[in-house]
Amino acid sequence: MIERKVDALLAVVGLVLFAIIYGLIEADVIGPFWKLNIIIICINVIMSVSLNLINGYTGQFSLGHAGFMAVGAYVSVVLTAKLHLPFAVAILVAAIAAGFVGFLIGIPTLRLNGDYLAIATLGLCEIIRIVIMNINYVGGAAGFTGIPHYTTFTWAFLVMLATLFFIKNFVNSAHGRACIAIRENEIAAEAMGVKIVNYKVLAFTLGAAFAGVAGALFAHSFYILMPGTFSFLQSFNYLIMVVLGGLGSITGSIAGAFVVTGISAALAGVPEFRMIIYSIILILLMFYRPQGLFGYVEITNLPLFRYLKNISPEAKKAMGIDTEDSGKGGKA
Amino acid sequence: MAESILKCSNVSIVFGGLTAVDDFNMYINEGELIGLIGPNGAGKTTAFNLLTGVYAPTSGTIEFCGENVTGMKPSDITARGMARTFQNIRLFSELSVLDNVKIAFHKHIRYNLLEAALRIGRYMEDEIRTDIEAHKLLKIFGLDDLAGETAKNLPYGAQRRLEIARALATGPKLLLLDEPAAGMNPQETQDLMNLIAWLRKEFKMTILLIEHDMSLVMGICERIYVLEYGKTIAMGGPAEIQKDPHVIRAYLGGDD
Ligand SMILES: Nc1ncnc2c1ncn2[C@@H]1O[C@H](COP(=O)(O)OP(=O)(O)O)[C@@H](O)[C@H]1O
Ligand SMILES: [Mg+2]
Repeated sequence: MIERKVDALLAVVGLVLFAIIYGLIEADVIGPFWKLNIIIICINVIMSVSLNLINGYTGQFSLGHAGFMAVGAYVSVVLTAKLHLPFAVAILVAAIAAGFVGFLIGIPTLRLNGDYLAIATLGLCEIIRIVIMNINYVGGAAGFTGIPHYTTFTWAFLVMLATLFFIKNFVNSAHGRACIAIRENEIAAEAMGVKIVNYKVLAFTLGAAFAGVAGALFAHSFYILMPGTFSFLQSFNYLIMVVLGGLGSITGSIAGAFVVTGISAALAGVPEFRMIIYSIILILLMFYRPQGLFGYVEITNLPLFRYLKNISPEAKKAMGIDTEDSGKGGKA
Repeated sequence: MAESILKCSNVSIVFGGLTAVDDFNMYINEGELIGLIGPNGAGKTTAFNLLTGVYAPTSGTIEFCGENVTGMKPSDITARGMARTFQNIRLFSELSVLDNVKIAFHKHIRYNLLEAALRIGRYMEDEIRTDIEAHKLLKIFGLDDLAGETAKNLPYGAQRRLEIARALATGPKLLLLDEPAAGMNPQETQDLMNLIAWLRKEFKMTILLIEHDMSLVMGICERIYVLEYGKTIAMGGPAEIQKDPHVIRAYLGGDD
């Protein structure tokens, strides 16, 4: 089908990009510093796109995304470092665990609106971090050591690609449209038969689950995992990526993760100016482009993709669907 | 005699000290086109909000298709076949005209999350069907050329029509229209009234119509309920209503 053509095109673009970067890493054109940063960009893309599902598509203001990442990170390292399970299993269980925590947190908090939800999620994220700090089994405040270094560029990139496809297809389905309807007008959405609490919890759970996946990838990029990494400042950083890239846009989330991570990496050599330059860029951007780089716009809205997306009459006929029996002479 | 599809018994709602709807009793038979009129602030919109579950009544019961729906959530009531439009238009204003209608097909979607994420199973079939049905509806309302337009950019009359199209997409047995002609010019209003009469014939729809302007409903409604200060001051056919002294006083001597 036509939508599948767009999918295939995007998959090819993704895999070509993968092959190029992979080649450059193998050929040592990309050194260890930038290689690590590329992996971090992939992880941050997963974080920002999953946060965008909650904040940008469903219109709920969550400010605790690093908390779910922490759950995924810690669950996965226990599985690999302590129980010696394969990485793929650890990623999957991390997703389920973080999703479950998201579900439990979502049920009471998603009844709150706007600022209240932001404060509640921020607080709960801090609680998660403090709980982890007090569990000696995972190293407490000193951190978890001896983590196998499983996260390669291949893992990070391919998991990112899978996440992007999942979320793209979700937001373009009836379930995603239900979430977007909630963002646009809650009362109207409910009047159209959308169970708003269910869909808010669903978006929150899915977002949390993917943050768990990102957490698992993140944890296995280093030899040590510290609970302090997952502070509310980190949640804030992901929010910046989403807002800067553009709410309600997957393209935007990718761009946001890329720009923010890239800037921090590029300015790593001048730590004293880093925050200043970073802030100036943000201020300028919000001044000249308050909707973010790609607010509510996707790269697939470009003419080429539009052409591919139009379902042709022939295709409809092939599916056995007659298009020409619509209500004639509407206004009798 | 036809089945009553809607029955309100002694429905009241109190906001603070104000009884916005007071002991409201109404029945609607299948296929009827009923008017609900009254001066501004009479409680018409509040009555809609009670029927559709936006507010739970302080007292009284609402039965829809033989089922007690009092206190149910709006989404559950919509799923049972009641749909509405809003007096102050509530479109999904940043979305396309087509997506506005597609969202309203929600309850007809059968595919689950996994099928959606992987675009397998019933996904394609349901999406194509939704697309086609949505275009059909838009065509009926003369909106098919505007399918790709952002809803908020439509002219006012078209926004009102889109709201009705969207409500119909939910597949209702009973359609509630809250001042659908508000803000339209006389020609648009006349076209709309013709369209409503046509819809009713074509879809065998039962319709409850709120209208501020009495003359508009007189021509097309079988029965009319008249509200004033939350109370039902009259009910009957257009001829009776026109002669009713309470109605004449409410409309001529009232604060309107
Ligand atoms: N949520 C609410 N809280 C308090 N008062 C309300 C609320 N909704 C409606 N009212 C009041 O109820 C009365 C009826 O309003 P409404 O149903 O909108 O009238 P109508 O649609 O007939 O013009 C008005 O006095 C209005 O101020
Ligand atoms: Mg009103």
